[in-house]
Amino acid sequence: MDSLLQHWNSLAPLTQSVVFSTLKVLGVLFLALLPMVAYSVLAERKISAFIQDRQGPNRASLPLLGSIPILGPLLTKLGIWQPLADGVKSILKEDFTPSYVRKAYFWLAPAITLIPAFMTVGVIPFGSTLGSQKMVIADLNVGILYTFGIVSLGVYGIVLAGYASNSKYPFLGGIRSTAQMISYELAMGMSVIPVFMIIGKLNLSDIITHQAQHGWMALPFMATQQTFASYLLWPCMIVSFGIFLVSAFAETNRLPFDLPESETELVAGYNTEYSSMKFALFFMGEYASMITASCMMVVLFFGGWSLPFFGLDQPATSIIGGLAHIAIFVAKILFFMVVFIWVRWMLPRFRYDQLMDLGWRRFIPVALANILVTAVVMYFVR
Amino acid sequence: MIVDRKPLSFWERMYLPSIWGGLKITSKHFYNTVFKGQTGGNTLSKGYYPETKWDVAEGYRGAPYLVKDQDGATKCVSCQLCEFVCPPKAIKITPPGADSQSADRKNAEKMPREFEINMLRCIFCGFCQEVCPEEAIFLQKDYSLTGLARGEMIFNKEKLLSLGGTSGGIQKWKHKLEEAKEQEVFPVETK
Amino acid sequence: MSNAATTEAKPAAPAPPPVEKIKIKVDGREVEVPKMLPNWQGKLEATTMLQAVQIAGGEVPHYCYHPKLPVAGNCRMCLVEFGTPMMGPDRKPVFNEDGSPKIAKSVLPYEPSTPRGAIACATPISPGMEIYPNSSATKQMREAVLESLLINHPLDCPICDQAGECKLQEYSVQHGQAGSNFVEAKVHKPKAVDLGPRIVLDDERCVLCTRCIRFTKDIAGDDALGIVNRGSYNTIAAFPGAKFDNNYTLNTVDLCPVGALTSKDFRFQMRVWFLKETKSLCTSCGTGCNTVIGSREGKVYRYEPRQNDAVNSTWMCDSGRLNYKWIGREDRLQDVLVRGQKSTWASALKEISEKLSKAASGSVAVIASARQTTEELYLLKKLATKLGALTDSVARMGEADKLLVAADKNPNSNGARLTGIAGAELGSAISKIADGIHSGAIKTLVVFGDDVTKAGISADLLAKLETLIVSDILPNATTKAAHYVLPGCAHAEKRGTFVNVKGRLQKFTKAVEPKGDARPEWEFLHELVHNVTGQNGFISIEGLFNQMAKEVPGFAGIEWAQVDDQGVNTIS
Repeated sequence: MDSLLQHWNSLAPLTQSVVFSTLKVLGVLFLALLPMVAYSVLAERKISAFIQDRQGPNRASLPLLGSIPILGPLLTKLGIWQPLADGVKSILKEDFTPSYVRKAYFWLAPAITLIPAFMTVGVIPFGSTLGSQKMVIADLNVGILYTFGIVSLGVYGIVLAGYASNSKYPFLGGIRSTAQMISYELAMGMSVIPVFMIIGKLNLSDIITHQAQHGWMALPFMATQQTFASYLLWPCMIVSFGIFLVSAFAETNRLPFDLPESETELVAGYNTEYSSMKFALFFMGEYASMITASCMMVVLFFGGWSLPFFGLDQPATSIIGGLAHIAIFVAKILFFMVVFIWVRWMLPRFRYDQLMDLGWRRFIPVALANILVTAVVMYFVR
Repeated sequence: MIVDRKPLSFWERMYLPSIWGGLKITSKHFYNTVFKGQTGGNTLSKGYYPETKWDVAEGYRGAPYLVKDQDGATKCVSCQLCEFVCPPKAIKITPPGADSQSADRKNAEKMPREFEINMLRCIFCGFCQEVCPEEAIFLQKDYSLTGLARGEMIFNKEKLLSLGGTSGGIQKWKHKLEEAKEQEVFPVETK
Repeated sequence: MSNAATTEAKPAAPAPPPVEKIKIKVDGREVEVPKMLPNWQGKLEATTMLQAVQIAGGEVPHYCYHPKLPVAGNCRMCLVEFGTPMMGPDRKPVFNEDGSPKIAKSVLPYEPSTPRGAIACATPISPGMEIYPNSSATKQMREAVLESLLINHPLDCPICDQAGECKLQEYSVQHGQAGSNFVEAKVHKPKAVDLGPRIVLDDERCVLCTRCIRFTKDIAGDDALGIVNRGSYNTIAAFPGAKFDNNYTLNTVDLCPVGALTSKDFRFQMRVWFLKETKSLCTSCGTGCNTVIGSREGKVYRYEPRQNDAVNSTWMCDSGRLNYKWIGREDRLQDVLVRGQKSTWASALKEISEKLSKAASGSVAVIASARQTTEELYLLKKLATKLGALTDSVARMGEADKLLVAADKNPNSNGARLTGIAGAELGSAISKIADGIHSGAIKTLVVFGDDVTKAGISADLLAKLETLIVSDILPNATTKAAHYVLPGCAHAEKRGTFVNVKGRLQKFTKAVEPKGDARPEWEFLHELVHNVTGQNGFISIEGLFNQMAKEVPGFAGIEWAQVDDQGVNTIS
């Protein structure tokens, strides 16, 4: 053990950082993101069941673990093993490729949907530090620009799926998705400009640090040292957050804005012709985008990993503190995941004209006005 | 006729009261389900499906099966009206043909050589039962049909008859035969 | 059943210039109808009320009347209310106040309030007559007649083969009533009586219209059937000692308006409403009777005659009618075979084309079949001309009868003659071809649709050939010897034309899909002709026919579109 540590310390700093980055990527992807996606689906099913007076998945069980007294049946009843069963099912089901599809694009589309959703996580600071390592895969100076750039790639997967399927419902779904995503990207982008005007930086880690010191953007009282200026800018931030939240729903194709796949009109929209694992990739892509969107909201408006109690607003110095920060971040994400899920079972779908009306005629003007108002307030505050 | 859309009030256009209303309702149900255990399975029926079998009500339209008459004979006479009326073309009847053994009862001349229903295609619409002039096919109470291969889901005559059971009814062919016998032998042999 | 001449036939073709026209009124509408019309034998007879109503565009329901049979007037279904111009005591017409002639409706003499109908099929029209085929009195008469006809009817439509094309069913729906006043037990009569080798009789269903009796006596010339017993026990029967087994018995099944006479061959095979009807021709002899093929899901179930007064009236013979089962035979040739090995069309046609292109002039002979379509024979002739080949086809002769059956058993002998494949006498060049093979001058033989081992070229001679190319439908000794076997299609599986013994060019259409790899001969012949001669023809049968009509003198001036269902006469 000691020799191993010695060997490690003798390595060049570049090598160390490469190894650490790889570990972080793999860790975040396979230990955090994918399980989160899987269990978001379970949460979705359970919460929807509870809202609809049902029990939700409560039968999938594992041979040995399921027979542990008390704990086994309890876990089974909670549906803990259901994501495993779902995964196995997705892989084993017949992967059907209709004869009339454009095959290359048809195979490409699910990947193109999933990859951007995962890539965005790369710049999210999901904790302060753990030991000497910053808890972010890539601490980009233009983190938010990168995020928006990658997120907007997500639409290609859906459009491609609609085009490649070569049948009418996916095609309509694809067209709807294009218009919807582009419209709401505008509103979304403009809604966060005030945040950067206040903070003055695009690096997401710096944004969190700023919030830890001066209060969260959406909740200015969550700070150890409260400033009058942040209270003055509160209304602007509320508007920003509101627009960002609604746009996030539209960007992730979640109800009430799931028009690209609205089953009552388009069967299943862009993924009508998909089955088996290819369909599962779309499905995972949707939940991964939800997680990404939650991350963004937490980072931009809710102080990221920080909490203004017990000294948790400062970057961690101990391993325990680092883990606590990660836990805080994850807890905040989970809250927004529940919001995403709950809204789906609460609100009916918008009509397409209402959707476009909301995006273009309300959110974009309001977001523009918000930028102006923020600027004016800031002029007087400074 | 054009019905004008009612103009929305300010709050309706803000959507916020509707969101609040939705939140109230969903929260109430969530609370009742999680903390009081009031699920549909507990309040509306005795339990959940595989353990507690469903109580099938009269008039339920499940899988269509062929029935036999009181004497245990096939009632179907292979008129193929059900095959004709079947919207998803799930029924396939092979008529007996002239030289095959006609029927397992003497009073009717005809019975199908083979009668197949593809239960994967069947939509349980009940047209076959409605159109049948012989009351030989009925939608019965089976609602859970499973098989490991597509071939298993094509039920043949033997299977349909064994599942269908017995249903009496008017027995018109039998009565015809009795009536003819009462009228003694036909006066002149026409051979 | 619209196309088949089952129980109905259209009235005879328009008469030669009508002698005289008279004016009558049908349902109050004035129409002018010929005074005389040809009867079932083509002789002029006074026009009946039924014919007059048909000319006026109306319809009178009937069972016993058939335009191709003598009138019997016994079913009473065609009863109609009518009236004639009233005559005064001075034998002069009486007029209404507005100057129109007053009409005296026909009534019962002892009860003038009740209309007296007349059977439309046998009552001649007179000037000024008024016919009321849709009046309430007429409707009442029909209801009553149908009720009587159904007194002893077993109502066993579910097991009756006629269901779906049954006049009793149709008229009951159109003109009948739901209930019956008859409460007594029905008279039961024999069922499933074996009337002849091809006919089953169900006496309970019979309405005693006597169409079958009249047909077999007056058309087929075989007086075999009659009515025996009395009253309710009336039944159709073959006369003692007589057999109902002439070659036209199955026409009585078509004629029978109900399900009394059914075909043993078609009995309990398929319900008629499933059958797809395709206009076609009978290929059993040179007469070329017009037929309707009844098929379902690729299987042919029956042939029925189709009315063509220039060829077969509304009849066809039993032997031709039952000659369809070979189409669905299990041992049909389904694969392209190259020297006994399964191959593909593309490679086989390529090899054959190369061989034929290289063949020296005169070293090829073609034996076509007069069972092939005219278009196919034309393409073969083109190929033969290019190769300088001897051509002929196999003659097939049999016995003729005086009604329909021709002595020539090939459906298209005249087509072979017109396209130049064969000379005036079919088969006259076969011995020359045999000699050529024997001497080694002919190295390649192309055989279509015939077993040449039975026509003068023995299997030993075939073995001497360098290349034997055979296309056929069923396997035989020639296909066994062949180097190339090209599976062809039955006439029910393709489109084309035949020229019958009288020189009438007739079309037939496709009823079912070919089996396996089999392809219509004209399709692959077209490819061969293109590969060998370089001449491009047409890929559609229409274009091919029109091209042939331009090049073959016998078809000059005929275009595909002009050839209707009834065919046209060629110039031969």
